[in-house]
Amino acid sequence: MIGRLLPLAVFAALVGLLLFGIQWNLHHEMTDVPSPLIDKPVPDFSLPLLNDPTKLVTRKDLLGKPYLLNVFGSWCPTCQEEHPILSSQIKPLGLRLIGLDWRDPPEAGQQWLRQFGNPYETVLNDASGSAGVDFGVYGAPETFLVDAKGIIRYKRTGMLTHENIQTELLPAIRKLGAAP
Amino acid sequence: MLPELGQFALILALLIAAVQCALPIYGAWRGNTALIALARPAVAGQAVFVMLAFGLLTYAFVTQDFSVAYVAQNSNLALPWYYRFSAVWGAHEGSLLLWLLILNIWSVAVAAFSRKLPDALMARVLGVLGFIGFGFLLFTILTSNPFLRHLPALADGNDLNPILQDPGLIMHPPMLYTGYVGFSVAFAFAIAALLGGELDVRWVRWARPWTNVAWAFLTLGISLGSWWAYYVLGWGGWWFWDPVENASFMPWLVGTALIHSQAVTEKRGGFRAWTLLLSIFAFSLSLLGTFLVRSGVLTSVHAFASDPKRGMFILAFLGAVVGGSLAIYAARAPKVAGGKPFRLLSRDTLLLINNLLFTIAAAMVLLGTLYPLIGDAIGAGRISVGPPYFGTMFVILMAPVVLLIPFGPMFRWAAADWRASFRALLPALGVAVLAAILAKLLAPDTSLRGLAGVAGSLWVGIGIALYAFKRLRDAPAGKRYTPEMLGMILAHFGVACFLAGVLITEATSVESDLRFDRDQVRSVGGLDFRFRGVERAQGPNYIADEGTIEVSRNGQWIATLHPQKRAYGGGGQIQTKSDIDPGLTRDLYVALGEPLDAQRQGDGAWAVRVYVKPFVRWIWLGGLLMMFGGFTAAADRRFRALPERADASPADATPSVTTRTAEAGA
Repeated sequence: MIGRLLPLAVFAALVGLLLFGIQWNLHHEMTDVPSPLIDKPVPDFSLPLLNDPTKLVTRKDLLGKPYLLNVFGSWCPTCQEEHPILSSQIKPLGLRLIGLDWRDPPEAGQQWLRQFGNPYETVLNDASGSAGVDFGVYGAPETFLVDAKGIIRYKRTGMLTHENIQTELLPAIRKLGAAP
Repeated sequence: MLPELGQFALILALLIAAVQCALPIYGAWRGNTALIALARPAVAGQAVFVMLAFGLLTYAFVTQDFSVAYVAQNSNLALPWYYRFSAVWGAHEGSLLLWLLILNIWSVAVAAFSRKLPDALMARVLGVLGFIGFGFLLFTILTSNPFLRHLPALADGNDLNPILQDPGLIMHPPMLYTGYVGFSVAFAFAIAALLGGELDVRWVRWARPWTNVAWAFLTLGISLGSWWAYYVLGWGGWWFWDPVENASFMPWLVGTALIHSQAVTEKRGGFRAWTLLLSIFAFSLSLLGTFLVRSGVLTSVHAFASDPKRGMFILAFLGAVVGGSLAIYAARAPKVAGGKPFRLLSRDTLLLINNLLFTIAAAMVLLGTLYPLIGDAIGAGRISVGPPYFGTMFVILMAPVVLLIPFGPMFRWAAADWRASFRALLPALGVAVLAAILAKLLAPDTSLRGLAGVAGSLWVGIGIALYAFKRLRDAPAGKRYTPEMLGMILAHFGVACFLAGVLITEATSVESDLRFDRDQVRSVGGLDFRFRGVERAQGPNYIADEGTIEVSRNGQWIATLHPQKRAYGGGGQIQTKSDIDPGLTRDLYVALGEPLDAQRQGDGAWAVRVYVKPFVRWIWLGGLLMMFGGFTAAADRRFRALPERADASPADATPSVTTRTAEAGA
């Protein structure tokens, strides 16, 4: 009898796992994915500029002033949705806004920015997605707040909205200012 | 008006499905012939209304009724007419409707071609199919109504995802779904047998052709998907171990085990628990695939727009179908292992190993696919395992299969003379080893994988040919090749082809990303590629940059290729369209990269991806052979010459086995 109940037991465990998956998605779409990278330095990278593949940008080039790193891709519909918010609500903050065109052939990213406008100060291209792996990117769009010393202070997985900018991002930016 | 009619048709179909499920099963339990007789008309009724709904959605696409939200999201005025048909299943809602349509076609086919089967069994089979239809109809109506209006109507629609605007994608989903859904028939037979407490295993014989046909369609669907990925995605790859590919591959693996296990149960009476469980698993994994694709639990390139409500619904349905059937199995599975005894060295043992390996392979794929989720659940973070895990595990599990395939047909049931079999297969072994040595001498840098590919495919191919020859020599005329046997031979040849394709391509492909100036000639894999520049080309609903590349060897022209980069008007999306010069022994594959000279677009330099892929076509040729094998085996008259009565067993070389006596004796 135990042998015959075994498939059922395994299946019950599987259902439990899938249920967990749905719950996880439910709770993590609205809020932040706890990133192991919070309060850690930005991982090392060396990426070409989207508009000029001959120029490489590394982690060190961005030190000195805080910045927001926004991961996007031309293939990502939510990024398109987020795009106007970047122009209207993020740019006025006066922070450097760095784009990371992730898992995207450079010409697709260029075309996308031509079409919708370019809110970024600098756009890096990660066509293979390997830098995204180092950053622990789970899905575009994602936004990292990095302080002047290159430490990640806040991460938003999913779209930036008016609400989460007000309740999460702005307080995190204010904390940067307060910190020495 | 018409879209509302479509929704109404779905609701009617739902009600009929409820009748089709509940009453015949109850009737079969109570022995009420009137209720049993309801099964077939109910199947017909559900099918009529589902077809009506599907027809109305198609009509909305063809006439471009953008007041229907789904039509507006997935097509636009510029979409050519032929893609308006395939746009019906271009996204979640419509593809569910396709799923339902195919389920109903299968149900009608089962109802129509199984007139000789016992009425009670048929009532249960059709009832189980009705339950599945009910669940999916409810799902469609509650969470994914394709007929939702968008009022006021839009002037123009969005667009069909350009990646889906391709002939390969017209056929891929229907074939794949036909395979997926086809396993519901084997599943329904297994549940019907459990419900009816069938002591004998005649139901397996009746289920076999359906399983073979479903498996053949699934093989075709997966092959088409792989071929499409190869020529559309522009990377030259043919398999990515993506969660959605895995979702279709798991039922295939279990289905492969199932068609072998069914053969044993039918002919020898053994492996009954295996056959029951594999029937349940094959369909469960099809449902699980549906869940994974549509719940958003795993991220994937093919994932549909996800919605937690949908995820919860499918999970609940999955729980009811799979949990219910496994509970029925636990309660009613045969208490005594039936079947005839067999020795360690016998065909039975080989098929047992086959069952084990394919089941483990499916479990391995499942584990790898769910790994990110498991990582989360145990708090280790969302980590996914990539192609290296799958590739390694799969080679380890399939290597014994390749080694043992030629022994399968050579070994006899019950007790095999392994010496005789080995002697018969010696030529295959000899040729395989010699060819590998020869390949090493001729091309010393061939990798181990390439050599293994040459040896393995020759071993399987010649091994099966030797068996075919043995039948020709030993068996009496007219009985040499039954369709069932011929199907087996074809499918196993397919395995040999597939092996050759995969391993030789992997070992010897030349892939290079090159910078080409206009009229520059570069040499790849002994061939000269001349770049003739890029020009503008206009398609029905896109503008393309079209490159021209001439391929020659020693001044001898071989092919002219025109890879494109297309910009689709509607969404401004860019799609690479590679061009391929196909060949039985090698493909020349060219994909246009990006312009390297932003100022001089037309005659500037371009990045071009050039691949030379020997034997890559054999991968899909192998898939096609396996598919033909499945269809051929299903055509065996033996499955259709159904006995009217229980004890009439045909006088055949491989007599059917009823285990009633074994059961009584035990």
